[in-house]
Amino acid sequence: MAQVERPLSPHLQIYRLPLTAIMSITHRITGVGLGIGTLVLTWWLLAAAMGPEAYATFVKWVPGFWLGKLVLFGFSLAFFVHFCNGIRHLYWDTGRGFLPTESAQSDKVVLVCAAILTVLTWVVAFALMGRA
Amino acid sequence: MGKSNSALRNPLGRVRGLGSAKEGTSHWWLQRVTSIALIPLAILFLAAIFSLVGADWAQVRTAFHNPFVAIVGLLTVGTLFWHFKLGIQVVIEDYVHGEAAKIATLFAVNAAIYVVGLAAMLSIVKMFLGD
Repeated sequence: MAQVERPLSPHLQIYRLPLTAIMSITHRITGVGLGIGTLVLTWWLLAAAMGPEAYATFVKWVPGFWLGKLVLFGFSLAFFVHFCNGIRHLYWDTGRGFLPTESAQSDKVVLVCAAILTVLTWVVAFALMGRA
Repeated sequence: MGKSNSALRNPLGRVRGLGSAKEGTSHWWLQRVTSIALIPLAILFLAAIFSLVGADWAQVRTAFHNPFVAIVGLLTVGTLFWHFKLGIQVVIEDYVHGEAAKIATLFAVNAAIYVVGLAAMLSIVKMFLGD
């Protein structure tokens, strides 16, 4: 009896995910990361509310420290990826853009927009830091 | 035979009040509503943060005295934590298996979100009202 070649569901460890699938899980990962990142935002607000010394501590450890800057950079990149991909999700919610060719195209639009916005953010941020 | 409508429902389920919670699509819908609201709010709040890059403490306090900055800040932070609460709930429900572990994780994460979210919002209120 011949073996019936049934389609297998993708085995996640060996299946090369299409870009759209990678961006789907990236949306979740960036969402969780941004949620954890709200701790930094809350630290900033709390420090500013508490007083000059608490605020100086925040400035020393977050924008004034290379690791803090790296976290802020990661936060901004995650934010813009989630922001742009989120807008694509809202577009999808209208029932449009589901063809593989269309999603392959919007993958690139989302990634390029997120990259441009992140770079722009840091160019402006460093210009503003130089001003101060 | 006026009860034909309930024939498909398990009597035990009816006694326990199981079945539709009459919430339907509200979780999905609110995720979309908060995401749409966050598009303009996040841009406005980021603009406010950008105006404070390199600023000292006194300048930050002055900025939050402005009612526009305070209102945008409160709306952004509130909507942000709401959106996060809805999103993380789905992630937990998808990846945490076992009813006890799932409920415990949801409880802990929700509690943390309320504490951190309230701390952020209270900070904005304090700066708006303070000297």
